[in-house]
Amino acid sequence: MSLLVFIAIWQALAAYFASHTLPTPAIVATVFWQSCVTGELPFHLGATLLRLVVSFSIAMLLGCALGIVLGRNKRLDAFFDNWLVIFLNVPALVTIILCYVWFGLIESAAILAVVLNKLPNVIVTIREGTRALDQDLLEMAKCYNLSKHDTLVHVIWPQLHPFVMGATRSGLALIWKIILVVELLGRSNGMGYQLHLFFQLFDVASILAYTIAFVAVIQLIELMILKPLDKKALQWRR
Amino acid sequence: MATMSDIHINIASKFYPAIGRAGQHLAIADLTLTLKSNEFICLLGPSGCGKTTLLNIVAGLDNDYKGDIFAGQSHSLPKIGYIFQNPRLLPWRTVRENIDLVLGVQSSSAVVDGLLEVMQLTHFQHVYPERLSLGMSRRVAIIRAFAVDPDILLMDEPFVSLDAPTARQVRELLLALWNERPHNVLFVTHDLREAIALADRLIFLSAAPMSFISEIKVPIARAERHNESAIEAFRWQLLNDYPLIKTLL
Repeated sequence: MSLLVFIAIWQALAAYFASHTLPTPAIVATVFWQSCVTGELPFHLGATLLRLVVSFSIAMLLGCALGIVLGRNKRLDAFFDNWLVIFLNVPALVTIILCYVWFGLIESAAILAVVLNKLPNVIVTIREGTRALDQDLLEMAKCYNLSKHDTLVHVIWPQLHPFVMGATRSGLALIWKIILVVELLGRSNGMGYQLHLFFQLFDVASILAYTIAFVAVIQLIELMILKPLDKKALQWRR
Repeated sequence: MATMSDIHINIASKFYPAIGRAGQHLAIADLTLTLKSNEFICLLGPSGCGKTTLLNIVAGLDNDYKGDIFAGQSHSLPKIGYIFQNPRLLPWRTVRENIDLVLGVQSSSAVVDGLLEVMQLTHFQHVYPERLSLGMSRRVAIIRAFAVDPDILLMDEPFVSLDAPTARQVRELLLALWNERPHNVLFVTHDLREAIALADRLIFLSAAPMSFISEIKVPIARAERHNESAIEAFRWQLLNDYPLIKTLL
């Protein structure tokens, strides 16, 4: 329903201004369909998604591991705290440019730039979660001689779950945005590259069509992957 | 069943380090305790005297003390079953999964079934802890502690904040379980009546720095423990003979 109202307002505004910089929903839908049929949109969306999956996985795995270590070890945490603050605050654009300058306009440099931008966020979130672990349950695990593996999987990880999901959601949003800049600056495929092209052509209909594809993918990830994960992990709650 | 092993507890001193303006605090001084042949000992003492500290040291959670604790002749560390003041169950695991976790690979479903049966929790074994009442959670914690077949069971006021009938019910279930599977027990409580109902030996402890004041054997036969008047009579006798006890509870 709210979606229909949104489209109606869009239609009204587009009809009123009648400008090619604000195409009607129908035109955007046609462009969307055409670029799907030619395979152009799926190709570029696929390239971006692949980068997303790779860089996201690396950032989450590394970030969780480092976050748990820093949250459990005060001395390491004190040592690396300043590093984290620095990396958290380096502008994304600077990391991207430096990666391209130092390592060349290659795929791994692009992935590295995305990971470096996301990693500090994950570390900080998971570190906070680790600091908030329930000491009572950890004591229980210790006096019942639970193995390190069991303690991590059955005592610590479920407590970190909300933090991991938080890092995942904010991470996906952040990585999307950064990947586009990375592609715009130094790749010859992907959504960012295409959007840059459309910008130079002033092709607003294509920009909007790509945006829709984009939003749809995010919704799908949320519905098909994140929501079920949440549901499964939280079934014990009243 | 556990091979009966004596537990030797000897704590020369336990200090808490100075924090801020509060100076170093001597919590326990010269405390020696031996548990033999599956003995049920109740520790009584004023609150804040360091009873939980003592249990945590025995459990191996606190290693910052002078002294030693060992089981049997081999001087090995005792295997622990700890029933905390709060049940400390993992909320994301069912009753059964909570018990299975501490058993690890040696998990035997027959043993767990038997324990659930005695504690009247068979029908609740697949329920998540948040759906249990406090009394039931406490019973699960008791099962978990017995399940590992420990050298010593530590219980830190496990019936506190239960209403009287529930506390009595859980206490009787605990005794039923303990009679069936005897173990060495260190049981901390403030409640003299509860202590008499449960213990072979009462041990009275002083305020901090905690040390041994006296010990009293409970002469009531196990079969008579459900008899309220026998317990009450012994309680009066104790309070008459040792008026000091009142100041300790």
